[in-house]
Amino acid sequence: MYHSFDEIKAALDHGTSVESITKHYLKRIDEKKHLNAFLEVFADSALAQAKRVDEKLKNNTAGRLAGVVIGLKDNLAYKDHKVSASSKILEGFVSLYTATAVERLIAEDAVIIGRLNCDEFAMGSSNENSAFGNVLNPHNEKMVPGGSSGGSAVAVAAGLCTASLGTDTGGSIRQPASFTGTIGFKPTYGRVSRYGLLAYASSFDQIGPFANTVKDVALLTEIMAGKDEFDSTLLQEDSKNFLPAFDTTRKLKIAYIKDCIESEGIDPEIRSRIFEIIEKLRSLGHTVNAVDFPYLNQMIPTYYVLTTAEASSNYARYDGVHYGYHSSNAEGVEDTYKKSRSEGFGEEVKRRIMLGTFVLSHGYYDAYYTKGQKVRRVIQNKTKEILTNHDFIILPTTPTTAFEIGANVADPITMYLQDIFTVQANLSGNPAISLPLGNHSNGLPFGIQAMGKHFDEAGLLSFSDYLMSNCK
Amino acid sequence: MAITEEIRAKYKPVIGLEIHAQMLTRSKAYSNDKNEYGSAPNTNVSVITLGHPGTLPRMNRKTIDFAIRMGIACDCKISELQHFARKNYFYPDLPKGYQITQDTTPICTGGSVLIKDENGNEKRVGLTRIHMEEDAGKSIHDIDPFNTLIDLNRAGVPLIEIVSEPDITSSQQAYNYVTEVRKLVRYLDICDGNMEEGSLRCDANISVMLKDAKEFGVKVEVKNMNSMRNVQRAIEYEIERQIEAIEKGEKLVQETRNFNALNGTTTAMRSKEAANDYRYFPEPDLQPIRVTQQHVQKIREAMPPLPNFLHTKYTTELGLSEYDAGVITDQKEIALYFEEIIRYTKNYKAAANWVMGDIKSHLNAKALDITELKLSPNHVAELISLIDSGKLSHSLASQKVFPEMLKADESPLKIAESNNWIQTSDEGEIKKLIAAVIAENPSEIARYRAGETKLMGFIMGQLMKKSAGKADPKSAGKLLTEMLSEN
Amino acid sequence: MKITDETIDHLSHLARLEFNGDQKERIKTDLTKIIDFVDQLSSVNTDGVEPLIFMTETENVLRDDVDVVTISQTEALKNAPVHDTDYFKIPTVLKK
Repeated sequence: MYHSFDEIKAALDHGTSVESITKHYLKRIDEKKHLNAFLEVFADSALAQAKRVDEKLKNNTAGRLAGVVIGLKDNLAYKDHKVSASSKILEGFVSLYTATAVERLIAEDAVIIGRLNCDEFAMGSSNENSAFGNVLNPHNEKMVPGGSSGGSAVAVAAGLCTASLGTDTGGSIRQPASFTGTIGFKPTYGRVSRYGLLAYASSFDQIGPFANTVKDVALLTEIMAGKDEFDSTLLQEDSKNFLPAFDTTRKLKIAYIKDCIESEGIDPEIRSRIFEIIEKLRSLGHTVNAVDFPYLNQMIPTYYVLTTAEASSNYARYDGVHYGYHSSNAEGVEDTYKKSRSEGFGEEVKRRIMLGTFVLSHGYYDAYYTKGQKVRRVIQNKTKEILTNHDFIILPTTPTTAFEIGANVADPITMYLQDIFTVQANLSGNPAISLPLGNHSNGLPFGIQAMGKHFDEAGLLSFSDYLMSNCK
Repeated sequence: MAITEEIRAKYKPVIGLEIHAQMLTRSKAYSNDKNEYGSAPNTNVSVITLGHPGTLPRMNRKTIDFAIRMGIACDCKISELQHFARKNYFYPDLPKGYQITQDTTPICTGGSVLIKDENGNEKRVGLTRIHMEEDAGKSIHDIDPFNTLIDLNRAGVPLIEIVSEPDITSSQQAYNYVTEVRKLVRYLDICDGNMEEGSLRCDANISVMLKDAKEFGVKVEVKNMNSMRNVQRAIEYEIERQIEAIEKGEKLVQETRNFNALNGTTTAMRSKEAANDYRYFPEPDLQPIRVTQQHVQKIREAMPPLPNFLHTKYTTELGLSEYDAGVITDQKEIALYFEEIIRYTKNYKAAANWVMGDIKSHLNAKALDITELKLSPNHVAELISLIDSGKLSHSLASQKVFPEMLKADESPLKIAESNNWIQTSDEGEIKKLIAAVIAENPSEIARYRAGETKLMGFIMGQLMKKSAGKADPKSAGKLLTEMLSEN
Repeated sequence: MKITDETIDHLSHLARLEFNGDQKERIKTDLTKIIDFVDQLSSVNTDGVEPLIFMTETENVLRDDVDVVTISQTEALKNAPVHDTDYFKIPTVLKK
């Protein structure tokens, strides 16, 4: 198993070819297919890519990701390959273009090995909302891997590829990273191009990497990031090095959110682990303060009001006419729309579309949508305020370790509350990462989350590297 | 329709018009596929236009500049900070399921368009707003009986929507308003104003109220008027329909109606189509636009002259008639051609006449646009001064010299000289010709000298024929009269 | 707040979704619960707060007016469920 890019590089230096590395992963994917992480394996195109990269290595023209094999969450466009957002409504759809972030990885000679299972249209926290079956957690196959990027997290955790891409709208990278013991990173909103990311909530979505080391996460982000003519919402700057060496003489000011750590839903082992880390940081000379964040209970409602509104509009294009699933018993335009959409979308997606439609509808727009945008600003302002006086915030990623498959499906709201610690970074746009710093006595891993200032990927990733080295 | 003039006079129609104008950009509003009419179906498209999963819009800067031009021309306030919005609805020719438009921050507000009312008096029609948006594709219902066909070439073409205040009070004013807006957008080179092709479209909001009423009547929207004449017909019909209904005591319904060009009536559309909640919200995929004063100024400085400005110049400074000024300013290219001619001559009336007469006839006969005319304006000016100086008769100029000028854009003086068409005022020459005419027409000469003075016309005509138009009529006439009175 | 059948009908029409029988009951219950849940928003004081609309501060992100061909007619129609060589097609209601 190749744990990191460094290990891949070492193998290449020892004469292993990219083709054989790819074949290794193809075999492993097949061995672990019961985990249902991959919806489709791109064996042919991956091997063709691998052969090309091997040629380039011979000529010394290979890119920084030569030998690295990457899986894509099934909501990222890859030209001439299917993409379905794990939904029936896009079954069979073949993309005509490639997402910018993916293109940049391919330009550095990464091999793209397949598309990864996820919650349908990235809506979920357990990967139980996929139209193509659940994904199993390799640490305990009775447990969920988290969601929505369940497949992406499992692919790395089970060694099915070197790294993977997920997307994070309310915690969909960080939460499954926590449940699977991997590193999952959500860059600042506006850092990585969303062109080619099948939009769920346009002002929340971000593409981010899963890997086993901070170094790999930093490199992937650096390669993907930077201005792109196809995405107008980006910071109009080029990417740069996101992993400068951490200055060990520097003394940090770190905040932890009291309301998070003291909340009653949180597992006591997770709570004590955070305090352990806080003590370790203090012993290293850093200041760690408790801060208040009075909006914990309003974050998820705000998140749901705003994301479902945007989603209800973003999903209107799935209409059974221009592409995608088309109901065979529909007659006429209206019927085509209603039947195709109702048959093609799953329950959770339909629920959120209905909520989003409600929130934007005449008579409710001000009380819900506008109010939601105002509360979002309050949350963003408070987060900015904390980070004006501190360098980073640490908090749990998830309140518990991975839960059992089927445990939370009865009540949508219980499932929504899984995101309680992760949505803040999406609401305010800050970069945030989950680091596998916890091991529960129940045998499952859990993550600890760090949040940084806007566009301070370099600071946050250096700090993450520091945490991983010092808080094992 | 049994509406008498008397009944009609009790009511005041209240009309507002919404005009959509397609912008003459090379690429679309939010994607760089081609903006072109008449291409094979679904060939001017991109993944963005098709609304493919994961695509994002990219704003075309030209659309903004074109909208600002219109705003300047109509004296609007140009908004400094603005953003886009999504208008959400389902229709087969709307691939994303929403239209990217401007809702709360239109690029222009206020302003007005000057027109003439039905009595020829000037009237200002106020504008509520102008905003930028994108066009939808085309749904074709009448080719295939079992399917609606969809062509997305038009999807994403940039539009500006010009919304007038309900200041229009007659169908004639509506016609004049649409005419004026069309002229303006063509002058500004932002739209070709082709209503048959759909690059300029008009919807009307019509209500009527008793002249002394305090409240407006029920407003009805009318769509599908695809020519200026049809705008007038539709509004005329609708005004009468509404008045008749009110007179009969019927309640009018606030609805959307379709204009039927075949029988000139409006009919109600199915009500569900009208009952749409568009759920506007700010477009999260496009950043705000900030338009600075400097930018507006730059556009203002580069703008072509406007029809009203030129019209006033022609009537007040150049002394042309309203009619002449109207014809010349009707099309910008004609006005610009005229502007060139008058750089070389001060005989503005003659210049106008040549443009409106011989030049226009030639263009019509050959189905040419003035931009295709290979005739230098300075040569036209030269022709005018040849006539003014008596060197060329007007009839020779028009019948002989001008056609030669059209063949090869040569100096009229050269053409006239090489063909020996220069008029002579040489007395000797003319006297010789007169002597010949007298000799050849003995009976008419005798009758004239006997008192039939009206034969002068005939004799003069013979003289002109004999001189092949070269004799300068003034001097020839004087000499003729002299010689005829000699004996 | 009370979510009625009318509300569900109206919202599902706007969203072009259909819910039949049991499904309608379930979505009505779910939506009622979720809307009650999100009503917690109103407890935050937002006096004088401007709505947060844009997540980055850039303005005037514009493209030059240049046209480019990126996909062919065949590619454009490739993913359509019903199409011929030139057009997307929707089967119409058969007129009786």
